[in-house]
Amino acid sequence: MLLIKCPYCDETLPELEFAYAGEAHITRPPTPAEASDEEWRDFLFIRSNVKGAHYERWRHVHGCGRFFNAVRDTVSDRFLVTYPAGGLRPAVDDVTGSSK
Amino acid sequence: MTQLPTHFESGQLSATSAARVTVVEPMARFSLRAGQGDVTAISEALDLALPTKIGQRTKAGATEAMCLGPDEWVIIAPDSEAVRLESACTAIYDQAPHSLTAISDREITVRIDGPRAADLLTLGCPRDLDAILPNEGRRTVFDGVTVVLWRDAEQEFRLDVWRSFAPHALSLLVTGCTELALE
Repeated sequence: MLLIKCPYCDETLPELEFAYAGEAHITRPPTPAEASDEEWRDFLFIRSNVKGAHYERWRHVHGCGRFFNAVRDTVSDRFLVTYPAGGLRPAVDDVTGSSK
Repeated sequence: MTQLPTHFESGQLSATSAARVTVVEPMARFSLRAGQGDVTAISEALDLALPTKIGQRTKAGATEAMCLGPDEWVIIAPDSEAVRLESACTAIYDQAPHSLTAISDREITVRIDGPRAADLLTLGCPRDLDAILPNEGRRTVFDGVTVVLWRDAEQEFRLDVWRSFAPHALSLLVTGCTELALE
């Protein structure tokens, strides 16, 4: 089972308390009516599907209830870092460097 | 699997040499949501210092509060205190906006105690229970159901379960009581 650190609870907890919530740092167009069909399609459906460090959202659903962001290596399934929602996106080199 | 009724009266559900599971008397429960800046004002109004760290509990008389999230608390009190708590919060609503919701009937509480109470909870709870110290608590998961767990002593717990999930969650506890006693 994965162990995930909740940045709000500041505890490392079993995966069963969490729910995955898709890719992180996807910005909704501020004025959807003015967005082109392509922009709107990209916002709704197009995801990066990376091999390696993946920025994604999780929710501590059976705990504090908060959404937060995580960087997970999609090859090893290892969590590189978790940080509060709304935080700046950490650089890939910073998080992958610290894990090796 | 033990089949339990969907309506629970207070009283003992199961008692073996391993652990006891008891449905406790109904009580008043509130869910409080408030921003960090308003916590002090609400604490003063309630006459109860709200804990600020997730999992910490405070108690004033028979009223208890536990911090569940960065802006969320659960408050339990005897039924007789409910009106006082509600009116105290209403009185300061303009100065300290918040949400106080009565959830008394949403959940039922069971007390789990006995020599192997902690072992019994591990049947459904994936968390390391040793990380929850006596007089702390957490919101966590038990057999797929969100529960609020209060640890009152090393081998004494209270579990708040949503009423609709109670037959499912409690039947595992009752089965576990019997099985642990047979070991």
